[in-house]
Amino acid sequence: MTVLAPDSTRVISGVKPKFAVIRFPGSNCDQDAYFVVKDVLECPVEYVWHQEKSLSGFDVVIVPGGFSYGDYLRTGAVARFAPIMNAVQQHAASGKLTIGICNGFQILCEAGLLPGALVRNTECRFICKYVGLRVENEDTPFTSLYKHHQLLQIPIAHGEGCYVCDDATEAELEQQKRVLFRYVDADGEPSEAGNPNGSRSNIAGIANATFNVMGMMPHPERASEKILGTADGKPLFESIVATALSVIA
Amino acid sequence: MPHIKVIVTLKPTLLDAQGRVVQNALHSLGYEDVTQVRIGKYMELTVSDDAASDPAALDTTVREMCDKLLVNPVIENYTFEVME
Repeated sequence: MTVLAPDSTRVISGVKPKFAVIRFPGSNCDQDAYFVVKDVLECPVEYVWHQEKSLSGFDVVIVPGGFSYGDYLRTGAVARFAPIMNAVQQHAASGKLTIGICNGFQILCEAGLLPGALVRNTECRFICKYVGLRVENEDTPFTSLYKHHQLLQIPIAHGEGCYVCDDATEAELEQQKRVLFRYVDADGEPSEAGNPNGSRSNIAGIANATFNVMGMMPHPERASEKILGTADGKPLFESIVATALSVIA
Repeated sequence: MPHIKVIVTLKPTLLDAQGRVVQNALHSLGYEDVTQVRIGKYMELTVSDDAASDPAALDTTVREMCDKLLVNPVIENYTFEVME
């Protein structure tokens, strides 16, 4: 995989990946994601309303966090049938990059683009805090600018972030190195103490089998500028830009 | 009007965090004989007489609705009953 340095966004004139940030009724991290793409990455970005039917012209799709459709029935269950989701399915099927953050991860699981599901945290509380993460696979379009087992501080903010799947799915995820991030303790170990929500095997983020769709519960868009406390999430977006550029170029 | 009762339960292999909290609350009220609480969902769908006139087709349709939207087969099981 050819990966360009993130700063190449400023070198290659006129060629930058175009991002779509999907908006559902109840999305509330859409503006943070939009801001990071526009002002931090300096890439073109547009909001796309859930009633839209096309994503043509977009290179990267972000399904942001929030409480789409009030989390009615199950988190993400109603959003997955929004008109725009057919276009998201097509976008993903064509090999283009798609990322779901928090509620976006829940939606992508409900839509079958990622395996497993997110259920209520084992402590039954909404948890909003910084957590330790470890990069498990840095050889993906989403993590190429991280180092192996790099430790990150990125906030979570969810009530239903406990990742569950059956044994066969987990074996497949592990074998294909599709677990991208794990929750870790202060020593950087994926222990029970480091697991904020009861997720199976401390899983915080996963990719699909072709590594062009990823979902994660932590919020990298809330951790992309030092002034906000940590910029540990920024390389994720820069990795995406570098990958998208190598595809466009 | 004919209606359908759908009961959705969390798969037995999954920990029911909500149920555990309710179980603890029951214990603190003195109901210590309660050894487990599992919380599910009950849904009532009312359908037209026309839809109910063909029981086999209705059965298929209800299964479809459950599989597509009402239930997530990764984490839940369901049963349903058609009532007159």
